[in-house]
Amino acid sequence: MGNWDWQVFCKNTIDGEVISSCFGRSGDITYLDWMLSAWGWTISVSLLGLAVALALGSLMGILRTTPNRGLVFLGNAWTELFRNIPLLVQIMLWYHVIPALIPPLKGIPSFLLVVAALGLFTSARISEQVRAGIQSLPRGQRMAALAVGFTLPQTYRYVLLPMAFRIIIPPLTSESMNIVKNSSVAFAVSISELTLFALQAQEETSRGIEIYLGVSALYFITAFAVNRVLHFIEQRVRVPGLIAAGGK
Amino acid sequence: MKPRNLVAAAVVAASVTALPALAQDAGTLKKIKESGSVTMGVRESSGGLSFTLGDGKFAGFHVELCQRVLADIQKQLGMAKLDIKYQPVTSQNRIPLMQNGTIDIECGSTTNNATRQKDVAFAVTTFVEEVRIAVKANSGITSIGQLNGRNVATTTGTTSVQLLRKHERATGVDFKEFFGKDHADSFLLLESGRADAFVMDSQILAGLIAKSKTPGDYKIVGEILNVEPINIMMRRDDPTFKKAVDDGLIKLMKSGEIAKIYDKWFMQPIPPANVRIGLPASDATKAAWASPNDRPAEDYAKKCAGC
Repeated sequence: MGNWDWQVFCKNTIDGEVISSCFGRSGDITYLDWMLSAWGWTISVSLLGLAVALALGSLMGILRTTPNRGLVFLGNAWTELFRNIPLLVQIMLWYHVIPALIPPLKGIPSFLLVVAALGLFTSARISEQVRAGIQSLPRGQRMAALAVGFTLPQTYRYVLLPMAFRIIIPPLTSESMNIVKNSSVAFAVSISELTLFALQAQEETSRGIEIYLGVSALYFITAFAVNRVLHFIEQRVRVPGLIAAGGK
Repeated sequence: MKPRNLVAAAVVAASVTALPALAQDAGTLKKIKESGSVTMGVRESSGGLSFTLGDGKFAGFHVELCQRVLADIQKQLGMAKLDIKYQPVTSQNRIPLMQNGTIDIECGSTTNNATRQKDVAFAVTTFVEEVRIAVKANSGITSIGQLNGRNVATTTGTTSVQLLRKHERATGVDFKEFFGKDHADSFLLLESGRADAFVMDSQILAGLIAKSKTPGDYKIVGEILNVEPINIMMRRDDPTFKKAVDDGLIKLMKSGEIAKIYDKWFMQPIPPANVRIGLPASDATKAAWASPNDRPAEDYAKKCAGC
């Protein structure tokens, strides 16, 4: 620990001079400025990816539990397609292969491609959790709702989903934290996020240990913040006796 | 004392008395003579400088230079046989492996700079790398000034990025940086049209172009962004070994033999794919051969401050 040099974050990225305030002025950028901007990219990619994943994942998960065989097939095919290809490979497909097949896609910024890739990959996992949540409910609930005259959408909206989503909050919390960590693959398509910052800054400064510790701390803070937010939601929406019926 | 210990003691005593005779072969030379072997650090894929042929075999410009130098050393030490072991190294582990004695001489693509000279020693400069840009031949780009508003690719984790940033600051040319995760990826950015130029060591650019589907579609153009000496590396504070290696290299430089070896690796088709890199020796490389020296990269930068 004796030869650690935390001043590295205060260095100017152009000439390596230490700037006393640690934040660059008049166009100068320090490694700290760069790291915070990279953090912003990590958070943007993760949150937008999570929004895409929650919307599409819930939809596909619901489709897989409907009585319509066509919709079930669509949901299953979607889930298997996106969860059986490694994330890094999917990112490369979106970035290099698909634009080569459909040239107009070349104009789309790589940021949106990464959000799409990350969102679709995670949507397959969320779809699986939503399906499991719905199927864990006793079959009688669906039948009773339909028997009292609810339409199928009403059955989902007022009977099945309120319980299913409460059941799957813990795995959804893990998935939301995973998307923060998975966003690190965005470095492969030139998104200036934390991992790209770490790879580049440690080469420029030869201070890999300090840089990686800084970056790890920011990943931890981000993922843990997501964890706390979802924990808060879990507490707020809890209905005593609803899920653990007959439990402790 | 058991008989076996007696023998051991005798051997130790003998070697202690024999020591003065070997005194001139301190350090690495002594290690080579005593073990009958030497371990050469090599790279898996460093263009024409040092690369693998598969099957544990290595070749390239620096590998051949090292083989020639070691043959000279073998003769000087009067050894009937010298066993050369090859140890692949990476940018991350080459200096620690040199310091801990795993490798004795590194024949790859290590930039000789002042920071590294604190940890290791470098032989006289055998290759000078120039950082330049590769573009599509039909793009009409011939200088860095034309890159204003364009997309420029480079590889994450290389010093070219910083170089580009400095240059951008100094000239006011404003371009968008794209980072490939490795050299092949960066070249793909250029090939697919996402980037208009790729900034990297010209040796690497030439190699990537040679291996591409249509080498004629690309060319290396523009100002030289940076010049870096790439040297054979040795352990620090071992002047006798450094002198032996330097002498061997200087002999090749004086006789002009080094130009022939260069030609073999950079101008002729090379295995395993039998492609030709096609990178003639730069003026800076020729200057290094004409007046052998081990000046670090910083000295080159100073000389080039006005350019």
